[in-house]
Amino acid sequence: MTITVNGTVRELTPDVLQKRLVEYLREDLDLTGTKNACDIGACGACTLLIDDLPLKICTKRVHEVAGKRITTIEGLARNDGTLHPLQQAFVDHGAIQCGFCTPGMVLTAHAFLLKHPTPTRSEIRRAIYGNLCRCTGYQQIVDAIAAAAPYYATHSQP
Amino acid sequence: MADLNKPAWRNDAFAKVTGRTRYTDDLKFPNLLHAVPVYSEHVHATLRGVDTRAAAASEGVVRVITARDVPGTNRFGQIVQDFRVFADDRIRHNGDVVALVVAQTRDQALRAAEMVRVDAIPLPSVLDPEEAMKPGAMLVHEEFGTNIINTHRIRRGDIEEGFRVSEVIVEHEFATPWVEHAYMEPEVAVCQVRSDGVMEVYGSMQHPFSTRRFVSAVLGVPLADVEVIGTPMGGGFGGKDDTAAIVCARAALAARLTGRPVKLMYRRDWSIRESYKRHPYRVKYKMGLTRAGRIKAVHCTIIADGGAYCSVTPWVTWRSTVQCCGPYEVPHVHCDTFGVYTNNPVTGAMRGFGSPQVNFVVESMIDIAAQRLNMSAIELRRINMVRQGSVTITGQKLDNHTVAMEQVLDAVLRETDFENKVRTCPRGAGHEEEQYGIGLAMSYRGVSLGAEGVDFCAAMINVQADGSILIETGIHENGQGAESAMMLIAARELGVAVERIRYRRSSTSVIPDSGTTVASRGTIMGGGAVTLAAQDLKQKIAETVAPAMDCLPGELEFRDEQIVHPPSGRSTSFDKAIQEMFSQKRFPHAFGVFKAPTVTWDEHDGQGKAYFTWVYGCQAIELMVNRKTGKVRLLNAVAAHDVGSAVNRAMLEGQFYGGMAMGIGYALHEDLEVVDGRIQNANLNAYRIPRAMDMPEMKAIIIENPDPESPSAAKSIGEPTNELMAPAIANAIFNASGKRHFHLPIRCVPEG
Repeated sequence: MTITVNGTVRELTPDVLQKRLVEYLREDLDLTGTKNACDIGACGACTLLIDDLPLKICTKRVHEVAGKRITTIEGLARNDGTLHPLQQAFVDHGAIQCGFCTPGMVLTAHAFLLKHPTPTRSEIRRAIYGNLCRCTGYQQIVDAIAAAAPYYATHSQP
Repeated sequence: MADLNKPAWRNDAFAKVTGRTRYTDDLKFPNLLHAVPVYSEHVHATLRGVDTRAAAASEGVVRVITARDVPGTNRFGQIVQDFRVFADDRIRHNGDVVALVVAQTRDQALRAAEMVRVDAIPLPSVLDPEEAMKPGAMLVHEEFGTNIINTHRIRRGDIEEGFRVSEVIVEHEFATPWVEHAYMEPEVAVCQVRSDGVMEVYGSMQHPFSTRRFVSAVLGVPLADVEVIGTPMGGGFGGKDDTAAIVCARAALAARLTGRPVKLMYRRDWSIRESYKRHPYRVKYKMGLTRAGRIKAVHCTIIADGGAYCSVTPWVTWRSTVQCCGPYEVPHVHCDTFGVYTNNPVTGAMRGFGSPQVNFVVESMIDIAAQRLNMSAIELRRINMVRQGSVTITGQKLDNHTVAMEQVLDAVLRETDFENKVRTCPRGAGHEEEQYGIGLAMSYRGVSLGAEGVDFCAAMINVQADGSILIETGIHENGQGAESAMMLIAARELGVAVERIRYRRSSTSVIPDSGTTVASRGTIMGGGAVTLAAQDLKQKIAETVAPAMDCLPGELEFRDEQIVHPPSGRSTSFDKAIQEMFSQKRFPHAFGVFKAPTVTWDEHDGQGKAYFTWVYGCQAIELMVNRKTGKVRLLNAVAAHDVGSAVNRAMLEGQFYGGMAMGIGYALHEDLEVVDGRIQNANLNAYRIPRAMDMPEMKAIIIENPDPESPSAAKSIGEPTNELMAPAIANAIFNASGKRHFHLPIRCVPEG
């Protein structure tokens, strides 16, 4: 059994398969960008991409995603270290305050824009409905996602 | 000052957007142990004993800690030392912690926590604050002889005369709920004993200095033997003061007793169960006016449910008292305020700090009174609002800053076309399924702590030999962008690019105790200290370079990375000046302390200069009420606030939007359900904070009247934005449906 995390194929031993996925990522792989804030899949801070689809993973075990391709927030920036245009939009639009929801929010928005590169603001709001933010009132997050959308519309592999 | 065209700037955005920021739970320590708290089923009970034997024998358990293991003091509190690190004599609310289980893994600690047995005899619970105030009521703390935590009062003018000259009297009762802060990051602490014997504390808390006091008291060691290190924090909103400090103190005790690093990470349901909330208020309010719309008298009684422990209830209710008439001149005022112990969840500081409750009351009352007088609610506000030179209900003359009440009101009226739109509101008439409403509310707010406490802040600027700059302040980064604001203020004052500056995460062992990062005081107090430190540094630099520039130090200006002598046109670069200082062994190091201007308070009559300056704000909202479903759909919201001077525009707007969102949650969504002292909705699925779809589009209007009392000219914004949406929404719902709501959160009942 293997799992692909941010492009790297990893072997999964039987004891790892039974672990909580969020612990495997945070403890074993030290990918601490994935947050755990409610344990019941209610807040979205643990969202990551499984085969490019957003999933709240705090209730998942590793075996439930074995064989899949996982993208965490650490895997979104370019290999040369520059920010993905969506990340840059979050920075430029003041969409980040405490930052605890940011990884899940960015990944949810990324998955949404991959499929819907020309969204309305209302569609953006619906897309991030499951990701809670207590700091921003979502206004600048929606601004950032709207500003990044044209990049997705004009690039074949955004 | 703020540049409209510049993208947002903050020092931690890159790390946060890439997931690299290390919050407390992300830090790695070798040989780490895990701790979990143990609660009891009780709400109020005499505690006879805690049996930890089975838990201690459970696999992986290293230690089970109870009140008996505390070497120092088990009791603390910022005002009254009634909080227990571990319950000792009684269980006083359902969130009291009786023990801490420390084990090799978190799962082992969780399993063992189930095995702790609590021996306690239930007592009748005190759940209603008005009942709790009566003589003979069951006491939450017997040693105090009363359940009344504190009282405040205002006696101004002659209340009987005030109502005698009034021609219209409006009288109502209001009630507001408990509110959970719902910061995204639950409480967490990691502590370890360093090789030099110092206890190192990393944690999610917004008051490192009180955390240090608590840890030092619990361990019975000097303050110098505890170092609390500022760690990125996933939100606070006032909620990570005393109960978050207790979490740190427990982890520190566990680290001391086991000799190993210990992490105490809270699950969301523990966080909601144990942490303090915004106070529920019951307010009886009577207002007398002349037919011409002049408010003559206000009589009000405010009762705050303080829960099981005092926390900062006296300070929260003091602000409510000072601001109990809103931003209006009222000649005759009689106000009695009570903070009351109950066995309900603990209540304390939350963004707004006593103002969201009273503003909901006052700004609803103004609209109700205007309707009774058949007058425009805007006109009624204009007649009574504070203006330059006005005297507040506590006798403070507003003459040391720009009183911008009318300016912010006019800005919102213009932006929303309010007065035309409000005339189209049906107030329940007509048959449309969805009815349109617009409403507004306004406030003034005393800045920072006021007469609640001694108010000062320290900052250090330490320029390195290559011209790079380190700054540190006693203000904590809660997520709001405080570090970035301090850096921008330093850059502005020193005339250098912000890229030169690195904010050194503060340590309680380096910077003096500067109080807590609450009360919207970060920018005004921290920014004031940074400004004064920068001015001191400039003086030192100027004295060094002036002789070579053949001028007096006072003639030099710092701008664009240069030190300039305008009369002669001579200049030298900031870098060269710093090199010169090092070569002369005059170190470019400066320390600034901003002490807030003096305030005064007479507790007997509730009179005095309560705050050294004030901020002014107005917010409006447009919405639709569906008469069949009762659903409220928000359309647009606008806010105007006088911030003194804008430091970081995008972050400032973020404070507007975030505060408005919390206000919307307060108005329509958030209701901590407490039944017989037990919280029923202790996670984010059932306690409903606003989601993206619940929010309207928002607009922020920044008004800048530089404040002479503030060294940086900036004032406050975090809380003012959070104290107006509830009454604005209540007023808009009335204008749509014709129905007035006196309780929060507002539930519109479907018709028919």
